[in-house]
Amino acid sequence: MTAQTTAAPVKEPEKPAAEERRWWRVDSTDGLWRNLALVGVLAILIIAGIVTKPDLYSDGTWVRNNIFTILELASVIGVVTVGMTFVIIGGGIDLSVGAIIALAGVWSTTLATQDYGPGGMIFCALAVGIGVGVVNGILISYGRLVAFIATLAMLVAARGLAAQISNKQTQVSTSDFINGLAANDFLGVPVLVYILAAVVAAGWVLLNRTTFGRRTVAVGGNPEAARLAGINVKRHTLLLYALSGLCCGIAAIMLTSQANSAQAAMANLYELDAIAAAIIGGTLLSGGRGTIIGSLLGVLVFSTITNLFAINNLSTEVQNMVKGGIIVVAVLIQQIQFKSLSQFFAKNSKITTS
Amino acid sequence: MTDERQEEAGEVVLRLTDVVKTFPGVRALDGVQLEVRAGEVHCLLGQNGAGKSTLIKVLAGVHRPDEGQIEWLGQDFAPANPQAAMKAGIATIYQELDLVEDLSVGENTFLGHEPKVFGFVRRGYMARHTREILGKLGHAEIPTRRLVRALPAAGKQVVSMARALSHDARLIIMDEPSAVLAHDEVGNLFRIIRGLTAQGIAVIYISHRLEEIREIGDRVTVLKDGRTTAANLPARTTPTRDLVSRMTGRTIEYVFPEPAPSVSGAEELLRVEGLTRTNEFADISLSVHSGEIVGIAGLVGSGRSELLETIFGARRAEAGSVRMAGKALRPGSVSSAVSAGLGMAPEERKSQALLLGEPIYRNVTLSTFSEYARVGFTNVGREVAEANRIAERLDLRPRDVRRAVRTLSGGNQQKVVVGRWLLGDTKLLLLDEPTRGVDVGARAELYKVIRDLAAQGVGVLLVSSEVPEVLGLADRVLVMREGRVVREAPAGELDEETVLDLVMAGSLQVEEVTI
Repeated sequence: MTAQTTAAPVKEPEKPAAEERRWWRVDSTDGLWRNLALVGVLAILIIAGIVTKPDLYSDGTWVRNNIFTILELASVIGVVTVGMTFVIIGGGIDLSVGAIIALAGVWSTTLATQDYGPGGMIFCALAVGIGVGVVNGILISYGRLVAFIATLAMLVAARGLAAQISNKQTQVSTSDFINGLAANDFLGVPVLVYILAAVVAAGWVLLNRTTFGRRTVAVGGNPEAARLAGINVKRHTLLLYALSGLCCGIAAIMLTSQANSAQAAMANLYELDAIAAAIIGGTLLSGGRGTIIGSLLGVLVFSTITNLFAINNLSTEVQNMVKGGIIVVAVLIQQIQFKSLSQFFAKNSKITTS
Repeated sequence: MTDERQEEAGEVVLRLTDVVKTFPGVRALDGVQLEVRAGEVHCLLGQNGAGKSTLIKVLAGVHRPDEGQIEWLGQDFAPANPQAAMKAGIATIYQELDLVEDLSVGENTFLGHEPKVFGFVRRGYMARHTREILGKLGHAEIPTRRLVRALPAAGKQVVSMARALSHDARLIIMDEPSAVLAHDEVGNLFRIIRGLTAQGIAVIYISHRLEEIREIGDRVTVLKDGRTTAANLPARTTPTRDLVSRMTGRTIEYVFPEPAPSVSGAEELLRVEGLTRTNEFADISLSVHSGEIVGIAGLVGSGRSELLETIFGARRAEAGSVRMAGKALRPGSVSSAVSAGLGMAPEERKSQALLLGEPIYRNVTLSTFSEYARVGFTNVGREVAEANRIAERLDLRPRDVRRAVRTLSGGNQQKVVVGRWLLGDTKLLLLDEPTRGVDVGARAELYKVIRDLAAQGVGVLLVSSEVPEVLGLADRVLVMREGRVVREAPAGELDEETVLDLVMAGSLQVEEVTI
């Protein structure tokens, strides 16, 4: 995009690679292979669906609708995962995402807020999300709390506040606009899928094409080096949690529209799903490495499994067991792929030479 | 003395013949010959990337050679893993000491082979045995129950050696053991090494400091590009010129470029007044003019690195001020220092300066990428072009700026760090040990880079524990001891002995100096 349009003002002695680059190129091919492996996992899951339910898969409209079902299933958690990916690449963790969604959902569906119409509700959800994220960020970067502890505390506190505000009742959303987000299509594609696509696209651009993304990788990869290079690590860390909060605000609106209501217990354990999806997607838990596409694929793997079990009428208990296995297997496959494979080739070449 | 010692030296314990080790794309070892005798200190010399580290790892059982023969105590030797090498009697002390900071001295000494009955560690036995080994090393005063974290660098090294001895090692490999030590501690290290060799233990000693090799070494093997270029040279009598030429193909050691003619009336860039941090340094005042190189000589622990970090805002001063071109910098703010035109190459390259997994160009532009960006979007094309320009100027090898920094040698990594500050409009460069772990050839290049910068009007504040480096490079020298400046003079008025005297007098006359 803009990256390639400006001509470099200095003489370039030799830069062979620059010409071949396209706007979508990312430097590391590592992530590409990782993501291909995930696409492979997705393909296997879909084939498993075709094998177990050939009758359903022979119906074209059903297949189309089922794809949208999977994407809708992935949409809310996908939006959360984009924010989570940024936080983890930046060397942190956000355990409070589920609680932030609940608080933002409940706050935006109080009678007082609903008086302001859908615009007011959306503003309220986003503001609450960002606000809680900023509090997380301040505690972590300026209060020097460990991210795990600060967001764990927020997990407990935010849900408590949500229960207090809602008086433990389910608050029904009366806004047709909000409720319509989940119910309506645009050009045959559900609106929630558009929101997911927009957030993922924005997240990709933010991570790969902006200074914000570059700082995120630097801060997570080597905070000391980033600090000594003049990057304001504390402020950036704060912004990362605010970004995660913003994503939670968006997710709160989406979830509210799916249920036509909000309550303090909503989005339970979303933090675990989001972290798992990011990890499966190749994000390094210690920071400094990760991709948005990988995280999206991680989310899609999970929702495809859920869908596979649903069409086969299997219980959620079995489903959870399989999900746990998938997390382990996906990470194992990635390790085999990128560590042992090169060693394997190295060994083989040794055998042939000796 | 050298010759007699060689004559009476023990039988050959280790012999490497034509050892080859390849990694994808690199022939790290390409025919290495090495012969080590019992009771000798065998020095390995070579530039960064010459294959020393790979060779150590082959001996330590980390890598397996692709070709060639290793003979250990008269038998073929092919350790399957580091434990096997340890068991066979080869212990390795790596540059980054591999101790567990939160375990005690005794626990670290016996890490991995704790004496035990039914799974319970025999603590008393372990403590006794550790004390015995420490006694052998001449450091019986180190308490065995003390956490390693609480020991100074020299103490940690002693523990590493105790661990090697706890395995009954007959060959100890030391990878730049003196790099983390101050001058007087090196003497102590040598005393220990002499004690070890007297017991018939062979030592492979790796160091970039020729004067150390002269002092402790018996024989020298020189590596270049993965090959042995000279084997078994007498350490004391081989002329420096010969050693250096075999390492580099050039005949230089410390080549300092001619100082630029001093510009009179150059504007003052940096002024530090009364800078103080408790227990680190006190009441430091100094100034650096545009185009001037100011060197700070001092031992590890003299407060010099802390001073540099405080000037840069990475630490907050308790008293005093830092002014850049007349404007006061906000204390404790790196961003304020960077935007005022300061740049710093910190002491620990890997942990403080580099994103090892990221490409070279991103490391080079780490502090400037925002300036090339337009409305927040990074300009990768421009960044790569700028990085290429820097790579050209500093003769970075390999030249491909999309490679991960991890794959570069120490000297080239340092060039990346220095190159970072050449990009912005850095007016004053703070260099903390810029040539640590950098080989002789790359050093000369770095010296030239630093001089060139000064000639272009950049001010340089340089810290180094190598006195010749400070004297050869700087226009003006400050000598630090115990957190205070004890002498300030033009470099021409000082010689190595005087500076060393000043630097080390501290431990004897602390009271006089600080009051």
